[in-house]
Amino acid sequence: MSERTGGPAIETTGLVKVFGEKRAVDGIDLTVPAGTVYGVLGPNGAGKTTAVRMLATLLRPDGGEARVFGHDVVKEAAAVRARVSLTGQYASVDEDLTGTENLVLLARLLGYRKPAARERAARLLEAFGLTEAADKQAKNYSGGMRRRLDIAASILNTPDLLFLDEPTTGLDPRSRNQVWDIVRAVVAQGTTVLLTTQYLDEADQLAGRIAVIDNGKVIAEGTPGQLKSSVGSGSIHVRLRDADRRAEAQGVLARVLQTSVTLDHDPVALTARVMVDGAAGGPAERAAHALGELAASGITVDDFSLGQPSLDEVFLALTGDKRNRPGEAGDKSGTNGTNGTTNGTTDGTAKRKQEATA
Amino acid sequence: MSTATNTEAVTDERSDEDDVYVPATETLEAVLSTSERPPRPTALSASVTFGWRAMLKIKHVPEQLFDVTVFPIMMTLMFTYLFGGALAGSTSEYLQFLLPGIMVMSVVMTTMYTGVSVNTDIAKGVFDRFRTLPVWRPSAMVGYLLGDMFRYTMASVVILVVGLILGYRPDGGVLGVVAAIALLVAFSFAFSWIWTMFGLLMRSEKSVMGVSMLVLMPMTFMSNILVEPDTMPGWLQAFVDVNPVAILTEAARGLMAGDADAGEIGWVLIAGAGLIAVFGTLTMRLYNRK
Repeated sequence: MSERTGGPAIETTGLVKVFGEKRAVDGIDLTVPAGTVYGVLGPNGAGKTTAVRMLATLLRPDGGEARVFGHDVVKEAAAVRARVSLTGQYASVDEDLTGTENLVLLARLLGYRKPAARERAARLLEAFGLTEAADKQAKNYSGGMRRRLDIAASILNTPDLLFLDEPTTGLDPRSRNQVWDIVRAVVAQGTTVLLTTQYLDEADQLAGRIAVIDNGKVIAEGTPGQLKSSVGSGSIHVRLRDADRRAEAQGVLARVLQTSVTLDHDPVALTARVMVDGAAGGPAERAAHALGELAASGITVDDFSLGQPSLDEVFLALTGDKRNRPGEAGDKSGTNGTNGTTNGTTDGTAKRKQEATA
Repeated sequence: MSTATNTEAVTDERSDEDDVYVPATETLEAVLSTSERPPRPTALSASVTFGWRAMLKIKHVPEQLFDVTVFPIMMTLMFTYLFGGALAGSTSEYLQFLLPGIMVMSVVMTTMYTGVSVNTDIAKGVFDRFRTLPVWRPSAMVGYLLGDMFRYTMASVVILVVGLILGYRPDGGVLGVVAAIALLVAFSFAFSWIWTMFGLLMRSEKSVMGVSMLVLMPMTFMSNILVEPDTMPGWLQAFVDVNPVAILTEAARGLMAGDADAGEIGWVLIAGAGLIAVFGTLTMRLYNRK
C-alpha cells in the first residue's frame, strides 16, 4: 500500500513507438498521479492505444522510458503485470465462453482456488448485473453487457492500475453512463485509472487530469477546466423565428461575443463560438448577454443551446490549424463522435434551460 | 467492421436487459474492497487452467471435433480400400500394415489446427488480456496444446476402433496400443510447437494453413506410412530414414505389433525434445514480442 501512495502510478519520458514509417507515439511525457482517473484524449490514430499497449507491457517501446509504480515496463515487466489490468478497445473476453467461465478462468489464472474463483465470479457478476446472463456465451451479450463483463474481468483482483482503452466507444448513452458509474466506484476504492477516449465530455466527466494527444504527441495537458478555458467554452446555437433577420442577428452576435458567427444549413439557425473572457465573464453569462442583445434588437429567438466544445473544436483551438484536425479517419469518428457529444450537449442544454426558467 | 455491426445489432436486440442494470455503488464497493490477492499460480496450474479453457471451447463448439472424428475415419477407409488390393494383395493384410501409420498421419496432420486456433485467437482482445496476466509466460501456449492432446487422443482412438471393426488385430495387446498412442500424442505435442510459432508469425489463418500443408504433405507422404520404402529412389529413402514422422511410424508399428524397438522410441523422444527446444523458444520469443 505504501508503494501505491508513494510515487506516481505512471511516469513516461520521451516514449516512442515506430511502425514502419509512422511514429505512432512520438516522444510522450506523462505523469499520472496514483489514485486518480487520468484521461488521454485524442482522435483515432493519435497513438492512444499504442501508448496504452506499451504501458501494459504488450508492446516494447522503441525509445524513451516508462515506469509503472516505479517498475520499468520492459525490464520489470512481470512486476508491472502483477499490478495492472487491461480492458482493451475490443472486448477482451472470450466470446465462446459464458460469463461465469470467463471470470472463473481469469480468477484461476490470478491464483484463486476453484471454490474461491467460483465465488468471486458469482459476486462480480451480481455486482455488474450479469447474474441472469451468467451461463450465456459472451457472444450473445449486448455491447453494454460485454463491456461490463470485460471490466469485471479487469477488477477481479482489484488492480492498482486499470487501463481502459475507449471503454464507451460504440455504446449507447445508457450503457455509457453505467460504465462511468463503474469507473467512479473503482477509483473510489483507490485504483488508478488510465482512460483513453475520443469524447471530451467523457474525459470531463471522469478524469482529474487530461492529456490531449495528436499525431503521437501530447499537445495539451491539464485539468478539464484548464483545458476547456484554453479552448474556449464551445458554442451557442441559435434558431430564429424569422429567417429574414438572420444577417442582422449575425451582426449582433459577432459584436457582442467578438467572434466569427457561422450560418448553418438551416436558414433560421446560426452558431457562434463563445470564448471565456475574464472581463466579460463565463460562457453562460456571455451567452445570456448575447441573447439579451438579440431581444433588445427585436429579434425573436425560438430556441437556443450552449454546447461544450467538440473534440474538433479542441483540436482546432490547440493546433490552430485545420490540417491538424482529426483527419479523414477522424472525420468518420467525428460523425460518430458528434452523436456522443451531441448527447452530452443536449443534456447540458436541458440543464441550462431549466436553470434559466428557474 | 463486421464485429462492430454485430455488436450494434445485438445492442438493439438486447437493450431491454441493459435497462434493468443500475450500478449500485455499495455492491461494487463491497466486491472491490474484499479482495485479497491470492499467491500467483504455479506454472502447472496456469497451464492446466488454459487447457481447461481449450476444453470449454470444445464443449461450446463441438463442430471442431470433425477433424478428429470424420477426417480420420475417411482416411482409414480411403487408403485401406484404395491401396489394399494393389499393394498387399488384400485389404485385410494391408490394414495390418497401414493402421499404425494412418493413425500417425491423421494425428500429425491434425496438429496444424493448433496454429490456426492460435492465429484466430490473437486477433481478438482476449489474447491481450492473457498477455498482461502475471502468470508463467508459456502457460497460454501449453494450454492450447493440452486441449489439443485431448483431440489427438480422440483421433487415435477413433482410428483404432475403425481398424478393429475392419479386422485389424494388434499383437502388442492393450499395453502396446496404449504405449503407441501415448508416444504419438507426446510427439504431436512437441510437433505442435511448430504451428504455435507459425500461428503467431503469420498474418492470417489462411497463410497458416498454407504453410502447414507445405510442411505436412512431404513429411507424412514421403514416409513409410503408405508403402514400404524399399522401391523408392535412394535420395527419397535417405529422407525417409531421417524423417521423424517415419521413425515415429516405425516405433508405433513396433509397439502395436508387440516388438517394440527401444532405439526408435528413443529417437522419437529426442526429436520431440529438439522440436520443443527450438520451436518452443521461437514461439515464446514471438509471444513476448507480439
